Amino acid sequence: MALLSKKDTNLILDPLADNNPITIQVLGICSALAITAELKASVVMAVSVMFVLAMGNVAISLLRNVIPSKIRIIVQLVVVATLVIIVDQVLKAFAYELSKTLSVFVGLIITNCIIMGRFEAFALGNGPWKSFLDGIGNAAGYGIILVIVGFFRELLGSGTLFGFKVLGDPVTKTGLYSIGYENNGFMIIPPAALIVVGIIIWVQRSRNRSLIEEA
Amino acid sequence: MKEKLHQLKLKYQGKKMAPAFNALHTFLYTPNDTTHSGGHVRAADDLKRTMNTVIMALVPCLLFGMFNAGYQHYSAINGFPENFDLFEHFLTWDNFWLGLVTVLPLVIVSYGVGLAIEFLFAVIKGHEVEEGYLVTGMLVPLIVPVDTPLWMLAIAVAFGVVIGKEVFGGTGMNILNPALTIRAFLFFAYPTWMSGDKVWVHGAVDRAGTADAISGETVLGFLAQGNASEISYTLSDMFYGFIPGSVGETSKLLILLGALFLIFSKIASWRIMVSAVIGALTMGLIFNGVVEAGWLPEYSKFYELMSFDFWKHLLVGGLAFGIVFMATDPVTGSQTNRGKWFYGFFIGLLSVMIRVFNPGYPEGVFLAILLMNVFAPTIDHYVVRGNIKKRLKRLKTATIYPKNSDEVDSLKTETA
Repeated sequence: MALLSKKDTNLILDPLADNNPITIQVLGICSALAITAELKASVVMAVSVMFVLAMGNVAISLLRNVIPSKIRIIVQLVVVATLVIIVDQVLKAFAYELSKTLSVFVGLIITNCIIMGRFEAFALGNGPWKSFLDGIGNAAGYGIILVIVGFFRELLGSGTLFGFKVLGDPVTKTGLYSIGYENNGFMIIPPAALIVVGIIIWVQRSRNRSLIEEA
Repeated sequence: MKEKLHQLKLKYQGKKMAPAFNALHTFLYTPNDTTHSGGHVRAADDLKRTMNTVIMALVPCLLFGMFNAGYQHYSAINGFPENFDLFEHFLTWDNFWLGLVTVLPLVIVSYGVGLAIEFLFAVIKGHEVEEGYLVTGMLVPLIVPVDTPLWMLAIAVAFGVVIGKEVFGGTGMNILNPALTIRAFLFFAYPTWMSGDKVWVHGAVDRAGTADAISGETVLGFLAQGNASEISYTLSDMFYGFIPGSVGETSKLLILLGALFLIFSKIASWRIMVSAVIGALTMGLIFNGVVEAGWLPEYSKFYELMSFDFWKHLLVGGLAFGIVFMATDPVTGSQTNRGKWFYGFFIGLLSVMIRVFNPGYPEGVFLAILLMNVFAPTIDHYVVRGNIKKRLKRLKTATIYPKNSDEVDSLKTETA
């Protein structure tokens, strides 16, 4: 017997490509623009959101029959806020430098529309195991875009990956820099992320024309 | 020749590379299959003719830029000539040769990369190659510093053509002026190659830090650093263009001639040019007024730029070039006549404002034009709506006379 049924597999795989939260639903753009200048920050952000979304989805799913529908937004916020504070404290304790780079954006996971969106659209109507898979899938779809954007922005903007100087040293002029290559300062600033995300959207929709919205 | 090309065209019709062939074919020859009768507009000024006219207006600036590249280089090494003589010191073979080997590669890279992308997209989309790049390709080498590395230019051109134009649907659909998109990309991506006192003179970057170091600060650069007393250029130097700057932007005389040529051939809008000049003078006057009123202390870092005589702003930097050749782009500018006045005015106003307040780089005309490109459709929208309102009001107050039956009959016989 397979570990996951076909339906469950789709819960994880769909958000990775054809129902991606960023490129198709265009949610969570703010953090995708703000923290993707470095690959490391992108990965940490992706993992944090995955933790919050999967745990939150499970919590909401377990509570779904006891939450009065009038105050469900408040309850959802309490759940997200709790989880985000845990993530924030863990980062501050074990990766202080990184938490300074991410600064306010860890706290702002609370306002990430993907999370509230999945609570509302999925966890309130499905069981905990399915909700967990849905959370993992959507966070992975979010994370994969973050990592792609972070990869290109760090490689072209700083010439590094995870802080390693993969293209050589710009100061001592080794590697690519010895033949006159220079880092692209444009990739460091947030508008560049918008353009990279735009190009991903362009490529994705050219490959799968059924994703193009009717004008 | 023409007949042979036409036969070739028929042979390749419908093939994948047909757009690429047609583009070269119609560049100089009229295709055979044009209509010769009937109610069609048969004017000579198609898109290619329009583009070629603008390029003709730009050629003097390009040639001058080549001479100036050599002149600035040799003057920076040997000192500026005491008694300047146009033929002895400026229009020399040495100057021209140095200019040729530094500027021509910029032109070749700009056209090579840009047209390659245009052809690629034409083949992918399967429609005719658009001529939009002809002018852009000429503008780009004129608005960059002479020593811009060619690979940077190639990347910037690729970015500008794809992101600035093709994603919006190609020539005629773009929101932003592609040449300025390329310039802005270079400015944000490689600021060290786009500003400072080393990039405007050929060889200055390579020689930096050695005993042979040379430099050439622009007039605006001196002002921004509060060194107005060090400016050795006279007003006539600025007007004729014997100053450091981007390749083609220095000679205001030739830009003025180009402007007159474009206005009389009705290619560019005189409304935009005039209103942009008015806008720049207005902002200059405001700044001069602030300084004269004593509101600005002398130690302020804006003091020298703000006290710079308002009309001199037109003589330095890229303002004149931008107003004449970039702001008047018919695609990205305002379309309505009244809109053109607003559009141009704000370009002038913002150019001088950004020029004075930009801390990193004392020039703002490209940013101002790009900003107004974005607002051009909004301006047009309000102009059109204002016009509709005006006419509705006129309709309300108008007295409509009852139709005279005799007149109706006579009209009917006339139009029958």
